Amino acid sequence: MSYLEYSVKHVPTGPRKILHLNWPLLLLVTAVASVGFLMLYSVAGGSFSPWAEPQMKRYAMGVVLLFIVAMVPIWFWRSVSGAVYLGALLLLILVEVIGSVGMGAQRWIDLGFMRLQPSELMKVALVMALAAYYDWLPPKKTSRPQYVLIPVLLILIPTALVLRQPDLGTAILLLAGGAIVMFAAGVHWGYFTAVFGMGMGLVFAVFQSRGTSWQLLKNYQYRRIDTFLDPASDPLGAGYHITQSKIALGSGGWTGRGFMQGTQSRLNFLPEKHTDFIFTTLAEEFGYIGAVSLLSLYALIILFCVASAISNRDRYASLLTIGIASAFFLFFAVNMSMVMGLAPVVGVPLPLVSYGGSAMLVLMLAFGLVQSAHVHRPR
Amino acid sequence: MRKNPAENAETHARVSRRALLLGGAQLLFMGGLGMRMRHLQLNQADQFRLLAEENRINIRLIPPARGEIFDRHGVVLARNEPAYRVTLVPEDAGDVDAVIEKLAALIELDPGELDAAATEMRRSPPFLPVTVADRISWEELSRVAVNAPALPGITPEVGLSRFYPLRGDFAHVVGYVGPVSDYDLSKIENPDQLLRIPRFQIGKVGLEGKLEDSLRGKAGTKRVEVNAVGRVMRELDRREGQQGDAVQLTIDQGLQSYAQARLGEESATAIVMDCRSGDLLAVASAPTFDSNLFVQGISVADYRELTENDHRPLAAKSVQGTYPPGSTFKMITALAALEAGIAGPDQTVWCPGHLEVSNRRFHCWKRAGHGHVNLAQALRESCDVYFYELALEVGIDNISAMAAKFGIGERFDLPLSGVARGLNPSRDWKREARGADWVVGDTVNVSIGQGFVLTSPLQLAVMTARLATGLNVMPRLVKSVNGIDTPVAPSADMGIDPAYLDEVRRGMYAVSNHRRGTAYGSRIIEDKYRLAGKTGTSQVRNITAAERARGVTRNEDLPWNRRDHALFVNFAPYDAPEIAVAVVVEHGGGGSTAAAPIARDITLQALYGDAPPLEAYPAKDRQRIKKQQEEIRTLKPGRSVTRRDRA
Repeated sequence: MSYLEYSVKHVPTGPRKILHLNWPLLLLVTAVASVGFLMLYSVAGGSFSPWAEPQMKRYAMGVVLLFIVAMVPIWFWRSVSGAVYLGALLLLILVEVIGSVGMGAQRWIDLGFMRLQPSELMKVALVMALAAYYDWLPPKKTSRPQYVLIPVLLILIPTALVLRQPDLGTAILLLAGGAIVMFAAGVHWGYFTAVFGMGMGLVFAVFQSRGTSWQLLKNYQYRRIDTFLDPASDPLGAGYHITQSKIALGSGGWTGRGFMQGTQSRLNFLPEKHTDFIFTTLAEEFGYIGAVSLLSLYALIILFCVASAISNRDRYASLLTIGIASAFFLFFAVNMSMVMGLAPVVGVPLPLVSYGGSAMLVLMLAFGLVQSAHVHRPR
Repeated sequence: MRKNPAENAETHARVSRRALLLGGAQLLFMGGLGMRMRHLQLNQADQFRLLAEENRINIRLIPPARGEIFDRHGVVLARNEPAYRVTLVPEDAGDVDAVIEKLAALIELDPGELDAAATEMRRSPPFLPVTVADRISWEELSRVAVNAPALPGITPEVGLSRFYPLRGDFAHVVGYVGPVSDYDLSKIENPDQLLRIPRFQIGKVGLEGKLEDSLRGKAGTKRVEVNAVGRVMRELDRREGQQGDAVQLTIDQGLQSYAQARLGEESATAIVMDCRSGDLLAVASAPTFDSNLFVQGISVADYRELTENDHRPLAAKSVQGTYPPGSTFKMITALAALEAGIAGPDQTVWCPGHLEVSNRRFHCWKRAGHGHVNLAQALRESCDVYFYELALEVGIDNISAMAAKFGIGERFDLPLSGVARGLNPSRDWKREARGADWVVGDTVNVSIGQGFVLTSPLQLAVMTARLATGLNVMPRLVKSVNGIDTPVAPSADMGIDPAYLDEVRRGMYAVSNHRRGTAYGSRIIEDKYRLAGKTGTSQVRNITAAERARGVTRNEDLPWNRRDHALFVNFAPYDAPEIAVAVVVEHGGGGSTAAAPIARDITLQALYGDAPPLEAYPAKDRQRIKKQQEEIRTLKPGRSVTRRDRA
């Protein structure tokens, strides 16, 4: 069913839209962000600067953004999906050209007031584009090879660009996120099985290529994989991140050491304590209970999104919601797996909690889209 | 594009199905994460908590204050002084060059030190302090402290460093400390953790070296919380260390300083010993050096200057040096002969100026000979032939046994570096060491303290003390440790007939008080302090017959290092001996001219406890002595002694 077919008169208009927002979802997002403020306050040694305060300001900006996006009808967003995707793609190419070099990787464009990471934007743009594509595509053609190729290209082009930066974490998120939208849209199982098989082959190739002239990954990425497989081999060098992170998690116990009592993070044993490894601080200071609480909040966000997607009979809105929820899931699933030593350290922040401007704003934009889909759903 | 409702419903259902599938898979994965968390946080909690503790707690040592060293009256000989230095933390300084430039405007900076600091900065993490100025004065430190706000990263620091207020006067007794070296560490079986502290000061020689273990004290510890890069965040608790033992010496600082000043630049040594208790009152060795030079590590130039000096300032000649005792050994020969019943007060020997023994001619110092001499005269005028004759009859075994009773060839157990054993030769010794049999000529040589016999000045002092008292006095250097007196070895009677000892003492009295005595010129005329002594002049070379024929035997004509050693031993007062003195002046010439005046002056200084009145001196010397006393008085105790300072 498409928007052209249902009566627009049932859709709330004007300020009344605010009442029809998915308020529980917004509350959950705020709760997760608040956990972030708390942890940023703690890792700064009980201070709002340098992290907690800017993060709160960005969140406030993000909420405004969310409301604006939510108030705009979802069919407008569908119609600009392709343009947004192209814009994000252009920006990605732009960072290749003028991007500043930070942390060894070209990832952002300096806008003056903030640094924009086009790869962050692309995560949302890709979901939008794929949702719009499958909304346009007659469902019968979904699994035809030529119509599968188009979204695959839509996914692979930005993924390749991001990989060039190089940002392995985001590339994985784009790839997996895109695949999930395709899966949700009903692409035949066979494709996924085939791709999975090929992926395995690629992993094999990656390992085989190591040390040869056609080496596929950078050396530091190989080292991260090595230390992921055996962190104990180099506890002070490459395995340091994972070892220290596990020590922090493990020393939390049931209830943790207490707010601002985490020795691992406060004494700088934890690397990137305010960004990628912020979850370890939470786990150290609030223990298992704190960690599971945050995990539950994330789970509830996913649940509310899935519920919203299922109840929404509009194909674009439904696919968009499930796509964003899945991208969000991938975000924290990869981050948590990473700090728990289940996945290599690829540099994916914990969504809404880790310190970072672009990520926060893009996430709020994405949730704005989810809200818009919810508000303007066919009734 | 139009779509029929049925189709729409079907596709929506498929999307919902797959959405549910995805949501379910995601929740399942989250459940897995929760289980993993449970495993890490609960099942392995203890293990990880321990690792976290190890991560953050660091135990640091607090260096203890070194034990101080005092003289017998409580004068400080070695103490700990605050050492001021300026450190810089590059991370806090920001622009290091700018800060150093500002610092240079306030205090003088050593370019060498700055170079070292720059190298250190490149090597170490930026939060570790680097020393940019060491050994600065309190004024300089204050200047830096006042300007601290304008000097980011600069910290004025206070530590403890050894200081010897008397500089050279105790250089050979107290010794010195220096920064611990790899060589020091290699010598110690299980080095104290303290020694791992860079530039920690460890006793190197003298008392500082020998009593290192008790002077060092015990390290305190503090537990500090450190972060991942080792920066100290805060102190958790602190256990203070224990200062090293306070050591009090038997030395009298006033007398020691006087003795050092009196020896001056001669290559000489003087020992004053309480002949009743064995307490060493002065152990002087000249020339000396400023022990403070070594505390922070001596410069190559300073060290070379000390080692290249032919007067060997670094050597503690008082206990390390061994010299042929020369005529000061004659008392031993005399006593051996008296004990054996060979000599007696009335027995005389004819001295023609030489004695033929097994086709070799042994000369008396007086070429013309002494004529008929008895024991007292022979000691008084130091007749060699008399003792040759005695020795031929009494034999080396008796002489050697007597020498052993007086401590010759014995290494006294004093906490000083390289205390010499000397050499008390015997038939067995010669067979073992030289692989030859003892010959009678050897005995003749030993009888006048030449040949094989070697004594340290300390042994001469002990010998004299034992002669004066008849007791086997043992030398003692440490009076008390931490206020607890070290025991005085009870002196037993040596078992020598007092009549024989009196005979020898009378001879020694005559040496200094009889008009014909060899040390008559260095007598004391104050009756209650009369001294009894013996001169000695020991050859450091053999006088060949050819030389004798040419007549080139005058010391003054020889290069300094081939001249005779001058010796003098004495005790005083004669009637009730209190002190024993031994003086050796290396290559000083005759004992009566070079050593006896020094011994007399030191004896008087010791007996009066201060500069003696001129009335104690013979009338014709008083003018000269007055001048000499004034000269010495201008030399403050602890005067600097490096050659550069003198220039």
